[in-house]
Amino acid sequence: MSVTSVDKDFDNLTITLIADFAAPVERVWQTWADPRQLEKWWGPPSYPATFEEHDLTPGGRVTYFMTGPEGDRHGGWWQVTSVDPPTSLEFTDGFAKEDGTPNSELPVSRVQVRLTEHDGGTRMELRSSFDKREEMEQLVEMGVVEGLQEAVGQVDALLAG
Amino acid sequence: MVVDELTDEAVDDMFHALADATRRDILRRCVPGEPSVSRLAEAYPISFAAVQKHVAVLERAGLVTKQRHGRQQLVRTDPDAVRRAHQALDRLETEWRGRVERMSDLLAHVPIRERSNPKKGEDR
Repeated sequence: MSVTSVDKDFDNLTITLIADFAAPVERVWQTWADPRQLEKWWGPPSYPATFEEHDLTPGGRVTYFMTGPEGDRHGGWWQVTSVDPPTSLEFTDGFAKEDGTPNSELPVSRVQVRLTEHDGGTRMELRSSFDKREEMEQLVEMGVVEGLQEAVGQVDALLAG
Repeated sequence: MVVDELTDEAVDDMFHALADATRRDILRRCVPGEPSVSRLAEAYPISFAAVQKHVAVLERAGLVTKQRHGRQQLVRTDPDAVRRAHQALDRLETEWRGRVERMSDLLAHVPIRERSNPKKGEDR
């Protein structure tokens, strides 16, 4: 297991994850910088990602879509805010509409990646945060709906009370 | 479905309730036991009425329930609601843990040489 620690900060709507890899920094950077490698890990196995644009320069855009088991497509985009190969990358991560343009109705999160040499390998520190509380709310809402389906009876009782 | 219609409002209430440090602290104090409103009020440099208001906000958000016990009102957390509030960060965690695991696999199996020909598409 390469995840060393996960810290969730509810006040700042941020999750900080530290992972250690037995590979040099330059090699780990390639998993982000090479779209063909990126698409091997970005999406879950049942929703593999295909990257179309992949411009890791400040202001650059990255676009991708994930293909579901039914052939359904789910688009996403990054807007690169800062990049310093091979150690640092920051971008905004959002959902796209069917035509690939950003969907402003769905939540946007900010991702910061730092790679440093550590114990002969690479330590990756990743921070993923929501800019605005409303955006977090939306994401929760999506989860709440799932959660509710499991506990509809209980929630109905709560709402009726 | 009724649940869907009420979700927005319920979520708004929940986040409004959690957006205040005093209310989060009240919530924390309610996890191990069931303090009375007066017990809670002793813990803060604010009036009993103000604490009562905070509890009411938490109650409306479904995060706590109040129960009358003699002359006292006991405050109890609703663990399911608290859990729902943390779902977003949990989802992010799950997502990133999966990604890190796949990165790890990739680093273990693909030799660095392969990136010399990154244009070549992969069969999916």
